[in-house]
Amino acid sequence: MSTFLTLLRRDLARLFSGGRGGALLPVLFFLAVAMLYPFAVGPDGPLLAKTGGGVLWVAALLAAILPLDRLIEPDLELGMFDQWALRGISEEGVVAVRVLAHWLSFGPPLMLAAVPASALVGIDGGKLATVEWGLLAGTPGLAALGVLVASITAGLRGGAALGGFLVMLLAVPLLIFGAGSLSTGGEAGLALTAAVSLVLLAITPFAGAAAIQSERG
Amino acid sequence: MQARAFTAQQIACRRGDRILFAGLDLQLEAGGALHLVGPNGTGKTSLLRVLAGLLPPAAPCQIEWQGSLAYLDGRIALDEHLPLAEALRFWAALDKSPPPPLERLGLTRLADIPVRYLSTGQRKRAGLARLIGQQAEHWLLDEPLNGLDAEGTALVEALIAERRAAGGVVVVASHQPIALPGAQVIDLRNFPPPRRGGAGGEGSASDFRTAEPPPQPPTGEGL
Repeated sequence: MSTFLTLLRRDLARLFSGGRGGALLPVLFFLAVAMLYPFAVGPDGPLLAKTGGGVLWVAALLAAILPLDRLIEPDLELGMFDQWALRGISEEGVVAVRVLAHWLSFGPPLMLAAVPASALVGIDGGKLATVEWGLLAGTPGLAALGVLVASITAGLRGGAALGGFLVMLLAVPLLIFGAGSLSTGGEAGLALTAAVSLVLLAITPFAGAAAIQSERG
Repeated sequence: MQARAFTAQQIACRRGDRILFAGLDLQLEAGGALHLVGPNGTGKTSLLRVLAGLLPPAAPCQIEWQGSLAYLDGRIALDEHLPLAEALRFWAALDKSPPPPLERLGLTRLADIPVRYLSTGQRKRAGLARLIGQQAEHWLLDEPLNGLDAEGTALVEALIAERRAAGGVVVVASHQPIALPGAQVIDLRNFPPPRRGGAGGEGSASDFRTAEPPPQPPTGEGL
């Protein structure tokens, strides 16, 4: 338990304050997109309200990509994974903790930022609730996907750019169900978003650990 | 006499397609030391990583350690943006051990300096601090003298002697001379892969494959 807390504390410290804006940058990015969108589309209230939810989802997805190159690669370069392996701390455990830390660093902050962002794109009360539930269901999956792709692309030259691209492609199901729940207003979309998230959360520790083990050799 | 601290049998190691060495048997008593010598590229680091369980060997083999292991190579595994003392504190918390003796390593003045500002020699000392802090039984050191001055070299030799006096085994890969009284010296060039072709002295993978079916590296259990 104490090993878990020690690892989590380090991950959170690194993600929240570790250079380049830390956890603030994804939030600012998310808000900036929400602010720019009305400028680009024009002051058409019904159109904004109809499409704004989807834009928020795309913004959340892109914001989750920003810390991608800080998730796994620095630790691989520093030899941290070797030291953890020597102490019997499995890569699976480290990756699972990292998913949790990554989610904490952008999931809840984005859910908070979604409130002003919804106002900017003209989304009102009921729909805002759907956006929030959708983000709650979808951001854990985005976090898992980010850590998984970061594990796979760590150590590759240009891995960050490739990683961002991969996350965008693999996040399509999350986006379809998450943003889809807005247009249908139904709980089915939210449930499917959560289901995709759960699958990603279940796969990531093992797939990520396998990738890291092969890169470590 | 003394207890057997470490045994390994029939170690073989592969990098990419090339078998670096094979058929290596090792045995060390408590307090023993092993010095791996030889030019670059002979597999010193790979052997250390196999012994540490960080790299799967090319063929199944038995490696048994009595006690915990600490490993130090060029990467010091300390967070670059953190002050040195804080970066070391992470490992102390993980190992549930007291903070390492910074004074002994000449790092007292650097405790508040971020790790990324340390010089090569200072980084090495910081890595040694992490190594000592782990309080492991046995040490595996990859080029521990790189970047250290004469004083630092003497310090490493003294630390190794202390570890051995306490019953630990120390395996050192170093192409620089290092004082390891009574150490086994092994040159990995003396353990060429089987059925090497020609006068080259390098075994190609295809030769190895004809000798036996491709070995399946065991998945690292407990890693």
